[in-house]
Amino acid sequence: MKQKIARQVADLPTYGFGPASGPWWGSMGFIAIEGMGFAIVIGAYLYLEATNPKWPISSPPPDLWAGTLATIVFLASVIPNEITNRVAHRLDLGRVRIWLIVMSLIGVALLIIRAFEFAHLNTRWDSDAYGSVVWVILGLHTTHLATDLVDTVVLTGLMFTRHVTPRRFSDATDNAFYWNFVVLAWLPIYLLLYWVPRL
Amino acid sequence: MTELTSESPRDLRDHQIEEPELSQLLSRVWATPRSLLGWLMSVDHKVVGRRYIVTAFIFLFLGGALAVLMRIQLSKSEQHFLSADQYNQIFTMHGSTMMFLFAVPVMEAFAVYLVPLMVGTRNIAFPRLNAFSYWTYLLGGCFLWISFFLNVGPDVGWFAYVPLSSLQFNPTKRADVWAQMITFTEVAALAVAVEIIVTVFKQRAVGMTLDRIPPYVWSMLVTSFLVVFAMPAVMIASTTLILDRLVNTHFYDTAAGGNVLLWQHLFWFFGHPEVYIIFIPGTGMVSTILATFARRPLVGYPVIILSLIATGFLAFGLWVHHMFVTGLPQLGASLFTANSMLIAVPSGLQIFCWLATLWDGRPVFRTPLLFVLGFIAIFVLGGLTGVMVASVPIDTQVHDTYFVVAHFHYVLIGGAVFPLIGAVYYWYPKIVGRMLSERIGQWNFWIAFVGFNLAFFPMHILGLNGMPRRVYTYTADVGWDGLNMLSSIGAIIFAASFILLLANVIYSRYGGAPAGDNPWGASTLEWATTSPPPDYNFSRIPLINHRDPLWADTDQLSVVGGLSVHKREVLLGSVTDSEPHTRSSSPEPSIWPLITAIAVCIFFIGSIFTPWAVVWGTPPVAAALIGWFWPTGDREDEE
Repeated sequence: MKQKIARQVADLPTYGFGPASGPWWGSMGFIAIEGMGFAIVIGAYLYLEATNPKWPISSPPPDLWAGTLATIVFLASVIPNEITNRVAHRLDLGRVRIWLIVMSLIGVALLIIRAFEFAHLNTRWDSDAYGSVVWVILGLHTTHLATDLVDTVVLTGLMFTRHVTPRRFSDATDNAFYWNFVVLAWLPIYLLLYWVPRL
Repeated sequence: MTELTSESPRDLRDHQIEEPELSQLLSRVWATPRSLLGWLMSVDHKVVGRRYIVTAFIFLFLGGALAVLMRIQLSKSEQHFLSADQYNQIFTMHGSTMMFLFAVPVMEAFAVYLVPLMVGTRNIAFPRLNAFSYWTYLLGGCFLWISFFLNVGPDVGWFAYVPLSSLQFNPTKRADVWAQMITFTEVAALAVAVEIIVTVFKQRAVGMTLDRIPPYVWSMLVTSFLVVFAMPAVMIASTTLILDRLVNTHFYDTAAGGNVLLWQHLFWFFGHPEVYIIFIPGTGMVSTILATFARRPLVGYPVIILSLIATGFLAFGLWVHHMFVTGLPQLGASLFTANSMLIAVPSGLQIFCWLATLWDGRPVFRTPLLFVLGFIAIFVLGGLTGVMVASVPIDTQVHDTYFVVAHFHYVLIGGAVFPLIGAVYYWYPKIVGRMLSERIGQWNFWIAFVGFNLAFFPMHILGLNGMPRRVYTYTADVGWDGLNMLSSIGAIIFAASFILLLANVIYSRYGGAPAGDNPWGASTLEWATTSPPPDYNFSRIPLINHRDPLWADTDQLSVVGGLSVHKREVLLGSVTDSEPHTRSSSPEPSIWPLITAIAVCIFFIGSIFTPWAVVWGTPPVAAALIGWFWPTGDREDEE
């Protein structure tokens, strides 16, 4: 077909942050999928609880300290995460490097705390249905924690190479956005795993 | 960008040059390299879409062959053509193949090919994820079928109810094969869903506001959201089943506090929306084909779009109607009955809009329209039996009988396969550049229509007479011989219609009449480019100000200028009114999606044999993903 140029877009920028970038929407899509995954396992937990006369079935509830410590660190991590987000928006490479390293270290610390959480669940995956669902829920969240950590470490590494372009900073803000999801997803799980068995 | 830099040859833009130079430069940038490696690296949505479509149809033929085997076995009483064990594997393979390897993938496959063209962009969002999705799907499908040929094909039904699929009653790897095939195909389907959503949200042609999105694209958007919210449930289900079987968890072990009904809830929370994941794209195809051949814009566009969205929401409130005989609380049963009847309303509204479009139009009865009319007839019948089984007393009577088999084949084949074959006839000219034979097409339709009804209508009566599903044979004294023979003859005729389709597709590939850009005189953007489309889809991004752009202005296409001709660029716009805001780069071909899919495949298959596969399987997947995302420093990554 014959063409008629009716509009010019030559001056538009070649990258954007947040909803103006493709990867942000991709992250949103996967957050929706994973959020649904969390909702389903939480539903499974509540279903099993409702259909069992005693809950937990044959063990004491998990010890509180490890999970509570993790929750405090998760909540506190929102602040350095937001700082990373802001310095990335300003394309401030020096500070982005520092704060990405901080976020990587926080991820490592949380994985170590997570190991203690597993050790203090007071049940095993093969003890009974309660143990199974608790291990799967904590395992699912740990997968997210570990994936985000690898992602953050790789991104940190990239910031020390010749590949630093404005798109990398956009990636860093998307990574910060995803971390907020990992934190938000944890809060209902914390209440479910640590407080619902004590009701 | 300043004026100065945009005038340097390094940063040449598409408004600064004319044809044929423009096409030459764009071809150089967007072409898939012509070599074996290039073939494996392709991220072009048209290449991946074509592969996806062909692969899905191969699985259709495999699944169909199994159906023919079952019908031969059931044609007469007390036959020994298949053993009971073979029959169990075959009906499980038939259902699993049709649902997971054909129906959902083929609908997504058409969308992968068509949606970017219909919204006027150059590639799908996340093209490498798209390539990864295809490879994962292919490997998962091969895994299931190779297992079947090695006599470890699943034999627990397409919904693999526990405890039948638990280790105690299924000690071989058969149920694990089923469960892990689910994981493969759901990963693939979820990836495509995200790509479609982002493509529709962000990459539409300038001016394509929400109320100008073609109905087919709307249908795929709604479908993609259904995939996003339904499929996690079945992935959790299949994962917990494997955990029960492999590391002794107790999700479905009643003795240790587990619950077998949890499985049914998880499965059907996915399984019912699944029906609409297959059906909604079919309605989108119908709306498109109908408007083109009725020669007028669709009547009631807003009604049709809102019906699609309503169907999407209601689809999540039906799952329990698959569980009416499990002894639910009465209130629950009433709620799900009401919902199951309610969902007939938006479907009914769409049918009235289609009839009105035909009535007010000047219909041209070509093959695609015939299949659409066949769809309306068959789907209405299936919908009627659907309203019947939505009611608890009737459902209790006919549950697990051939009545249900008849019902869901009427809605699935009527609701999805007939529109799909119509879509093949409709879009084949765009994809291949040649028309399918109209003469063979007419034969194809009538043989399919007669064969289908002959095969499946008698099953209603067989079901009412008490014939249960999933029996490998029956005795002569129950009097089911005649109708079963009729059904088997119908099945053979129906199968023949697909052979005819295949023959037409192969013959027309070489002997069909050249199609030209817009052989049907259709209104949507995919017809504004050549058939088949060039690597870059459109030499300039279209600008539209009408819902049926090619009918609004028949001799010229408004476009936007200013995109690079030296690197892959697509235009991103706002979600609601598609106001452009970014010229974004689009990924180059890459081998990493294939490597990642292979690593994921090793991880998945390994983990049905040993839990340690999770440990040694993860590093290769992680390494492949890092390779995938590591910038290469080439054109796509420069600013």
